[in-house]
Amino acid sequence: MSALLSVENLGITFGGLRAVHDVSFSVKPGEILSVIGPNGAGKTTLFNMISGVYQPGSGKVVLEGQDVTGMRPDLLAHRGMSRTFQNLQIFQNMTVLENAIAGFHLTESGNLFADLLRLPGSRGRARTAHQGAMRLLERVGLEASAETNAGSLSYGKLKRLEIARALALSPKVLLLDEPAAGCNAVETEEIDQMIAEVAKSGVAILLVEHDMKMVMRISNHIVVLDHGEKIAEGDPATVSRDPAVIAAYLGTEAAEDADA
Amino acid sequence: MRLSHKTATLLVLIPLIVLAPIFFPSNFYYRVGSLIFINGLAVTGMVILIGYAGQISLGHAGFAGIGAYSCALMPVHWGIPPVAAAVLGAVISALLAWLVGRPILRLKGYYLAVATLGFGILVYMVLTNETWLTGGPDGMSVNDSGLRDMAEAVGIDLKNSQFWYWMCAIVLVIGVWLAMNLQDSPTGRALRAVHGSEVAARTVGVDVARYKLQAFVISAVYASVAGSMVALQNEFVTPDVAGYMHSIEWVTMTVLGGAGSVLGAIFGAAILTTLPQVLTAFAEYEQLLLGLIMMLVMIFMRDGLLPSIMRRIRGKDE
Amino acid sequence: MSELLQFLFSGLTVGAVYALVALGFTIIYNASDVVNFAQGEFVMLGGMLTVFAYAAGLPLILAAIVAIIVTAAVGVALNKLAIEPARGAPVVSLIIITIGASIFLRGVAQVLFGKQIHRFPSFSGDTPFRIGGATILPQSLWVIAGGLAVFYALYLFFTKTLTGKAVLATSNNRLAAQLVGINTNWVMTLSFALSAGIGALAGVLVTPITNTSYDVGIALALKGFAAAMLGGMGNPKGALVGGILLGIIEAMTAGYLSSQYKDAAAFVVILLVLFIMPQGLFGAKQTERV
Repeated sequence: MSALLSVENLGITFGGLRAVHDVSFSVKPGEILSVIGPNGAGKTTLFNMISGVYQPGSGKVVLEGQDVTGMRPDLLAHRGMSRTFQNLQIFQNMTVLENAIAGFHLTESGNLFADLLRLPGSRGRARTAHQGAMRLLERVGLEASAETNAGSLSYGKLKRLEIARALALSPKVLLLDEPAAGCNAVETEEIDQMIAEVAKSGVAILLVEHDMKMVMRISNHIVVLDHGEKIAEGDPATVSRDPAVIAAYLGTEAAEDADA
Repeated sequence: MRLSHKTATLLVLIPLIVLAPIFFPSNFYYRVGSLIFINGLAVTGMVILIGYAGQISLGHAGFAGIGAYSCALMPVHWGIPPVAAAVLGAVISALLAWLVGRPILRLKGYYLAVATLGFGILVYMVLTNETWLTGGPDGMSVNDSGLRDMAEAVGIDLKNSQFWYWMCAIVLVIGVWLAMNLQDSPTGRALRAVHGSEVAARTVGVDVARYKLQAFVISAVYASVAGSMVALQNEFVTPDVAGYMHSIEWVTMTVLGGAGSVLGAIFGAAILTTLPQVLTAFAEYEQLLLGLIMMLVMIFMRDGLLPSIMRRIRGKDE
Repeated sequence: MSELLQFLFSGLTVGAVYALVALGFTIIYNASDVVNFAQGEFVMLGGMLTVFAYAAGLPLILAAIVAIIVTAAVGVALNKLAIEPARGAPVVSLIIITIGASIFLRGVAQVLFGKQIHRFPSFSGDTPFRIGGATILPQSLWVIAGGLAVFYALYLFFTKTLTGKAVLATSNNRLAAQLVGINTNWVMTLSFALSAGIGALAGVLVTPITNTSYDVGIALALKGFAAAMLGGMGNPKGALVGGILLGIIEAMTAGYLSSQYKDAAAFVVILLVLFIMPQGLFGAKQTERV
């Protein structure tokens, strides 16, 4: 099967510093591709370029055969890209349920006047989104907190809420930036399963994650970044044996993992 | 069953409007009431802009000026009935807001505040300087809207101040109803998403610029209608209707009562509209007091008066 | 040609005032990320207090010093009573607080000094100098010299003194400054005192030319902010250049186009600058972090 999303020679500089340089890879539908690397390796910056939050300095992002480099995030959402954030971007001014409903924006939104006058069309779309959001909250185990203010949720729950919101778009490609950060072992395993399920339904998944056990367990393919450059890629077994990777990354992190 | 925000808001607002006149010792209080409703209407628009979408404007009195002068100018020059002129004024305000808002709303925070303030002052300057058209600083008279005669024809015979109390109340309730519809609608959620996190709003597909612009245009229409109501009621307009102090007062009322809630903002409008009437003996202290209130509320009740008071009450229950 | 020169002179004079207001904005903005909308009231207070201290019998120079010190104290009070307690509040709240402060100070001035227009005599007479067919008032030279002197003094302060460097460090990174032992609250206090004092000085210098009344502050604050934006928010050099540029543009508009719309011209220019180069002439470009 051909690639759903491919990244070609992507790069960006911040004030003379090469944050990401010449990174290429591609991901197919149903595949889980993890981007790993030490802190500051440029993983989040890479995500921000792919999802249109930053304008890449060089290179291309191709989605379903079309060049979408630097396209606005909302237009990428229309094309089937969805993401979560490393440091949460929750709508703190809304309830948990409303956050999830907001994820249905593409299918929910319609005519301003229908909304102002609360016409049946507007109400119908809102009801459908409401039902979809409730199903997603059940799926991530947040249905009991639906009416609470999102601001008062624990970190782990907010992480899951972001995943629910990202899934609401029914994405073709999903970018998850450290979905299991701050979650306990049980929660991590739940998120694990959820990611696997989503991938099974044909969604291409890009994952940045620090939990190496999780990465090794669920990834089909791993790309390793160090100092903004790709130093290795391959399946989990190959990457974990790669000397460059061990030197740059696993050497320190794996030891920490073993201690934990 | 839980009451929706909309029902709860209207259930508080409408009885208050209807029952308040029982306690009015004189017709003057109807006049104050209609002023509260007019400010309440403008402020309801500000809730959509500030409370929902998280944007600020210190220039919305400019749109009130357009609404007011439409009612004054169109009947004289084109023979358009004053009420239709109010509607046309709202359309012009919407178009102008759309034009001005597109570039201005790219700005944030202080920059947006100053840019909108500048816009409002420009409108004020045009109204003051183009004496050949607007009569300049002395203002101009507005043709009788004929609304009261129409009411009389169907058997509603009210004193002028009473008539306008009810007129303004009706317009306010419609404005509140629309704003409350919007709050819990797909558009309202998109606006609040923009407020909550622009970057997250974008990733769920919200065209941030477009929704900011929508909020700006809608709130401009509210301000324009408020300006028209002033003109129709007073049958006279001066450029003061577009003065930047009104813009600042509206933002203050909105945030004073609690920018997130329409009812809170109207509460804020009621307080700031009544205060100068109560303190007429201390007229020269008006600015001093207004400034003091603005600072104190923002320092000690960051969420605004009504939410802070509500929390105090709830806190005691628990 | 002499006409152009005349407009240039008047532009330089008001421009120097705008530059001083913009410098005041810049100092507070750098120390606290707050844009102080009451900045114009400092100018008003500087002029007003001098008027009344002078009328009370103080020599002009002493009256001016008293006015500057009292205004600086007002600035410190503003920081202690209104800005510090509101730390971490959203921008909208801070806008309302400082606008509230501006209206409050204006209200106090109205009660204390009344609504009439006030003035005091020029420092060195009113006989204009003739240069190339145009005239310039001695007081204008005072204003321009004052603007340049303040800029140079600030430059020395920020680059040569330890205190100045502490202020700069705080504006770069508040937390890091605290970690190396800088008392950032004291830096804030100093910034407000300095900013208010500079505003007051502008008021002292310009009042003999423009006169003053309780409500001159808001327009000056807007122009000063516009100048600071034009130059690039947070950059002292930008504040100076932006202020003078704005003054000249305004004078040219008043001279060649329409005196009624000279204030409008300033806004139009500012809006254009904001849209074409939002970071201003000397400002740094910023990237949003997520």
